[in-house]
Amino acid sequence: MNILFYLAAVVAVVAAVMVITRLNAVHALLYMIVSLLALALVFYTLGAPFVAALEIIIYAGAIMVLFVFVVMMLNLGEAATAQELIWLNPHAWRGPALLALVLVALLVYTLGGNGRFLPATIISPKQVSLTLFGPYLLGVELASFLLLAGLVGAHHLGKRDG
Amino acid sequence: MAEIPMEHGLIVAGLLFATGMVGVIVRRNIFFILLSIEMMLNAAGLAFVVAGARWAQADGQVMFIFILAMAAAEVSVGLALVLQLYNRFKTVDVDAASEMRG
Repeated sequence: MNILFYLAAVVAVVAAVMVITRLNAVHALLYMIVSLLALALVFYTLGAPFVAALEIIIYAGAIMVLFVFVVMMLNLGEAATAQELIWLNPHAWRGPALLALVLVALLVYTLGGNGRFLPATIISPKQVSLTLFGPYLLGVELASFLLLAGLVGAHHLGKRDG
Repeated sequence: MAEIPMEHGLIVAGLLFATGMVGVIVRRNIFFILLSIEMMLNAAGLAFVVAGARWAQADGQVMFIFILAMAAAEVSVGLALVLQLYNRFKTVDVDAASEMRG
């Protein structure tokens, strides 16, 4: 279990460094998604399977997809569309493929362990939800305010002029 | 199997946070700045989850859920602002938006 944590943490940090050093926005987004997947594995090893699932579903699955949509919409490489073909060489795929392979190997190793790799203390989703809708109920309501404000703001700001 | 020390988890969170911070400072492309901010938020969430696991309480995960909701709202508004920036200045270079002359 410990080696799982340390390997996933290394993958997360390496992918994070790659995010900020890429020239191409889409490459950086792909590395960010790898980093989020590695972080989900880290959460699992810490005994937090609920936020591990949430991290993948919401962060990598919704927020990063929103980023990808906007990057694709703005078509950032439009000044060098022909150069994109030059950029699209196999070298660009080596990094994310290697990191993703490490994660897949870790996943297979964990699943093949017949339950040996469960963390020492797991905080179940039921405990999280009892706490969330118990002492932290006010925070839930405030979060819904924030999301409504974000929704209205994004709708207004996203409109075209005129 | 031994518990993972809290310090190691916090070190990972610190490394991620520092990486995001460097990304915000160094990059000029607004997408990379937003991405680095998301990385910093993730690092803070990791710190919360590590702390919650240390004391075997659900509060760390609850804080992470709030951070998640906040990051979603912030990203939608931030990307809408990026669209406005692009429509206005025809570039994603943040240094182009310097009309207030610091």
